[in-house]
Amino acid sequence: MTHIRPAAVAVFTACATLLLAAQAAPPPQQPTEVTFTISSATPGLPPKYAVPDFVALTADAETQAAARTIGEVLWADLKFEQEFYMIARDTYRTIPPAASLDQVPLDRWRELGADAVVVGTVRKTGSGVVVQVRLVEAASGRAALSKEYSGSIANPRLYAHTISDEIHLTQRAGLKGVARTKIAFTSDRDGERMKGPVVDRGISNIYMADYDGAHPRRVTVTKSLDITPAWSPDGRAIAYTSYRSGYQDIIVSYIYEGRMAKPANGNADRQNYLPVFSPDGSKIAFTSNRDGNPEIYVMNRDGSGIRRLTTNAAIDVTPTWSPTGNQIGFTSERSGTPQIYIMNVDGSGVRRITTEWSDRATWSPAPYNEIAYAARSGGGFDVKIWDFATQSIRQITNGIGSNESPAFAPNGRHLAFTSTRAGKEQIFTISRKGDDLRQVTREGMNRYPNWSQSPQ
Amino acid sequence: MQIRRITSVIALLILISAAGACAKKKPPVARPVAPPPATAATPTRPPAPPQPVAEPQPVPAEPVPAEDTLASKDIDEINRNSPFQPVFFGYDQAEVDEPGQQALNVNAELMKKYGTWIVTIEGHCDERGTAEYNLALGERRALAARNYLVALGIPADRLRTVSYGKEFPFDPGHDESAWSKNRRAHFVVTSK
Repeated sequence: MTHIRPAAVAVFTACATLLLAAQAAPPPQQPTEVTFTISSATPGLPPKYAVPDFVALTADAETQAAARTIGEVLWADLKFEQEFYMIARDTYRTIPPAASLDQVPLDRWRELGADAVVVGTVRKTGSGVVVQVRLVEAASGRAALSKEYSGSIANPRLYAHTISDEIHLTQRAGLKGVARTKIAFTSDRDGERMKGPVVDRGISNIYMADYDGAHPRRVTVTKSLDITPAWSPDGRAIAYTSYRSGYQDIIVSYIYEGRMAKPANGNADRQNYLPVFSPDGSKIAFTSNRDGNPEIYVMNRDGSGIRRLTTNAAIDVTPTWSPTGNQIGFTSERSGTPQIYIMNVDGSGVRRITTEWSDRATWSPAPYNEIAYAARSGGGFDVKIWDFATQSIRQITNGIGSNESPAFAPNGRHLAFTSTRAGKEQIFTISRKGDDLRQVTREGMNRYPNWSQSPQ
Repeated sequence: MQIRRITSVIALLILISAAGACAKKKPPVARPVAPPPATAATPTRPPAPPQPVAEPQPVPAEPVPAEDTLASKDIDEINRNSPFQPVFFGYDQAEVDEPGQQALNVNAELMKKYGTWIVTIEGHCDERGTAEYNLALGERRALAARNYLVALGIPADRLRTVSYGKEFPFDPGHDESAWSKNRRAHFVVTSK
């Protein structure tokens, strides 16, 4: 049996300390059944999955609500990776719930055309809840996955996310789902203001939410601007640009430990912004004006060993690391307009890859080798992707609103970005193919999404 | 002795030649002429007003502070109705143009007059650039304004910069009228 433990952790900020519920993900349990892959009855098509509501084994309202939530969220999580054909849930409301995990009405599920059914139970215990789940092959009744989890009932979505990642991992040859990942972003949703020279100015701080926008929480609390968050690869820290000292400087907040660092050691004449961690987490690339002009620098995570990578009179800004950590993509206006360039991590071998106004390069994780960026189109921007393998560009958004600040999911199959298509800027996600658009934020104005690179 | 005598002779010669020049023609520069009286059309002067009778007023030894309203205001008041002129920039541009230079000349005089003021130059951008790039573009605008003022003799340590990109637009609109207001270097007094 594994545990989902609630833990109180402190999020340290300059002005306040917040309490967040940490979400310690349960380690995978030893399977009790031999894992096999459920395939479609029709060769060449993805298998059809059904996810009915989980069955509440205790009659209280909390357990029943949790059982419903787990079924709904698990269905959405599985749909997100587009590996399975997810049968619409309203088509099987009439199928009676399984009396127990051993008594699934297989004939009814076969009648519906399902190849796989995910069934589960939720039982309240003295200390929390026990969730059991089985992935059942409709044709044979065999379980391809059988798991039991226990922990708090406070966030039932986490059980769904954990089960979804487990199904992708085992049914899709090690595919890393993103159901337990988080998106950090900037928001003004709390309506706080700082004193401005003419009028008070609305401020934005750093927030985080589940990948689907659920469970939003504030990460920094300061009466100033905190923007451009970037996760450390282990998901334990967020680096960002803060104006709390009156100028831009980089802060690294260790969000579960209640401490922070200012590795770039800025001052009024040495401002630092747009930090981004190297893939191994040991270094931070950033932009600084310390030599009188916006240039790209790299430093060790503790601030030592600062190296300047660009020496151009033009603007050089917005770095991103290649998955190997050997190259850096960035924006430069050395040709007259901002364009995406790549260079080796020592600053050599500079090469331009775009031919139109572009910014915010974000390099995909392996196995893809792509750079997403925002390109000026019409009155706004659209997200495009440069593919190194084919040396070609494909357009991800198509002129609805202005679309900016792309950030890859850790498995490279999705992007988060900012769009004005729903009014004020909001965070959306979209697949790397340009389909499955989903709105992640709805409250206030939200910018600078950054997708955590590991489950949490 | 010899040198002094020669110098006297030269001076005398110059005086003589100058006198000769005066005799020959009028000086090239017109002499100042008294301006015509404002009431030139009135032939007669009005009777003099009665002599005022008043006690002399004591004059304070120090200048009246109210004379310089700016010096007496607090920083918030100054910034709310700023005597500094913003510098506006072209689309995607960070170069100070002719009107921008004129604004900075005015600002430089203010900084010289109020020699203790420390000013922060905020760089702002319109929404047509990306949020990230605008952080650098706003920085370039603030630095361009600062460098111009330093060239005019304002000490660099009185001029700070910060870039807000497109985070704090002055006009929330979505047209050129709004954008042109938002592409600016804005001056804020941060200490005096």
